[in-house]
Amino acid sequence: MPKYNSLNMPDTPSSSFHTNMISPGVLGVKIIGRLDSMSTGNIWRETKLEIDRTSPKRVIVDASGIEYCDGSGIGYLFGLRHRQQKGGGDLEIRGLQAEFQQLLDLFDPSEFEEIQAIKPKSIGFAEKIGRTTCQICEHAYALIEFLGEAGAALVQALLNPRQVRWKDAFLVAETAGVNALPVIGLVGFLMGLIMAFQAAIPMRQFGAEIYVANLVGLSMVRELGPLMTAVVLAGRSGSSFAAELGTMKINEEIDALITMGLDPVQFLVVTRVLAAVIMTPLLTLFADLIGVMGGSIVLLSMGYSLSSYFNQMVSMVDYMDLLGGLFKSIVFGFMVAGIGCLRGLQTEIGASAVGDSTTRAVVGGIVLIVVADGIFSVVYYYLGI
Amino acid sequence: MNQIQDPIIWVENLTAGYGGTLVVDKVTFGVNRGEVFAILGGSGSGKSTLLKLIIGLHKPLSGRILIDGQDMVSAEGQERLVLLRKFGVMYQRGALFGSMTLLENVRFPLEEFTDLPTQAMDLIAMMKLSLVGLKDFGDLMPAELSGGMQKRAAIARAMALDPQILFLDELSAGLDPITSADLDQLVLSLAQNLNITFVIITHELSSIYTIADRIIMLDKQSRGIIAEGRPQELRDHSENTFVRRFFNRRGASESVFGEFDGES
Repeated sequence: MPKYNSLNMPDTPSSSFHTNMISPGVLGVKIIGRLDSMSTGNIWRETKLEIDRTSPKRVIVDASGIEYCDGSGIGYLFGLRHRQQKGGGDLEIRGLQAEFQQLLDLFDPSEFEEIQAIKPKSIGFAEKIGRTTCQICEHAYALIEFLGEAGAALVQALLNPRQVRWKDAFLVAETAGVNALPVIGLVGFLMGLIMAFQAAIPMRQFGAEIYVANLVGLSMVRELGPLMTAVVLAGRSGSSFAAELGTMKINEEIDALITMGLDPVQFLVVTRVLAAVIMTPLLTLFADLIGVMGGSIVLLSMGYSLSSYFNQMVSMVDYMDLLGGLFKSIVFGFMVAGIGCLRGLQTEIGASAVGDSTTRAVVGGIVLIVVADGIFSVVYYYLGI
Repeated sequence: MNQIQDPIIWVENLTAGYGGTLVVDKVTFGVNRGEVFAILGGSGSGKSTLLKLIIGLHKPLSGRILIDGQDMVSAEGQERLVLLRKFGVMYQRGALFGSMTLLENVRFPLEEFTDLPTQAMDLIAMMKLSLVGLKDFGDLMPAELSGGMQKRAAIARAMALDPQILFLDELSAGLDPITSADLDQLVLSLAQNLNITFVIITHELSSIYTIADRIIMLDKQSRGIIAEGRPQELRDHSENTFVRRFFNRRGASESVFGEFDGES
């Protein structure tokens, strides 16, 4: 006796089928051989074409030649009958072996009326705009709420330093800060060098090469140092925080903390934000120094001495520029770490969830940095810094 | 069905382990075609390792695994693909693809391995979902389902290409008794209607009595099989103390408090 679940070998002999018009409006379909997932696709398509062409009121399937039938074959016979019934016609299956008939009888055609109904519901353009706006507002609300909560927790931690898990904070400071020195150094050095080189060429025409020192010093200390450090931090550490906390969320470790009576913000976020807030200005200072060094290479190659480069720079860049830049970097560090942790804690279920959180952490971090930098520029202008 | 009459799976002298530690040592057993076969054992006894060996996720140190007469251990390339098509696996947590709906999950193997028209795939996937009682949930995402429904959907996906064997890892783990009993009925109904051979890893005693034709029990100490046969017979007549304890739900520590019958 043939078995329902015989092996679907790719090289097994396939089936053949023939159609003929028995009488006007009556189509005969004869199937011989195997009706399995490898051979059914072709028969399904051909039968559909034939039925579309002849539009028969009645289809008679001679199934006596079917020696093997799996779920796909049963699906074919069922689909054929369903299609005929929907079009007002009917279908008769003759000679189907009892065991295959038993399988076919497992499915009630009336239960499959709305096969096509299960499709994602499409939404209108206006609804899409509305939903997106709501989402943006919700995200902004969650972000402001979280940054406020993290800020309060940070202040609380600084007021009670004994409550802070300093061991964890130092570990994060090492991975997010110390380990970032090579990349910050490389990017800072090249940025100073390229900026000086690009500026020196046109300035040389006016004999103003020495002012490259002003340009490099001011832009590195006030803008590029803090900005570049924060962007690198968003890519390196913001993403890492989001992935780490996201995985903890999926593994229910966050839930475990909550049920133990521990606040995830105090326990996980404060250490990371604190580490970022401490390390970002230090990294910025490092980036400033290396960037200035990069600029000096260009002027040295043009015959200027290191002391004239230094004196020229000091005449232009004062402590307020440096402190303004460092203050910005503290805020940037807070934002990058905060949004990284927030996206991590917001991670949902699913294989792509951690990836999504990481992406949102980096993109959100960079957007926040740029927006905050714009605000700082305006505020510093009015403050005369 | 105590004897091996028509083995669809034959495991012979199988030895395997991790990092120099043996988990199973010279294990031999067979699974008859069409039966519901259960693998039991305490925690760490090597049940999951044995399953991973049979389905080809781990390589044994020595021994043979024949699936429908073909060696799973040495199979490569096309031969291995043909062997893989002979069975489906329901993993412990379902392992449904989180980014796809239930219907898409079940349709996925059909898309990859057949040339059926799209409508046909939808219909067949829906029929598989109907077999496990989830016909009306095809448009839901796995995350929207309960644990029991996820396992049902995973069974439907495992059946997509009509395998001869279904491996169910921890069928009842984490489910309430009603859902667990429903799944037992589902397995019985599929076994009867579709003539599928089931290999089930479970701890649920009521499941074992209800659905298993035969069982083997693995033991951590001996790294092998300590009992093989029908569950009721083993419960009532096994000479092995651990087997009787297992079936009568009696912990080894009970003897410390003098409640155990003294055997150890």
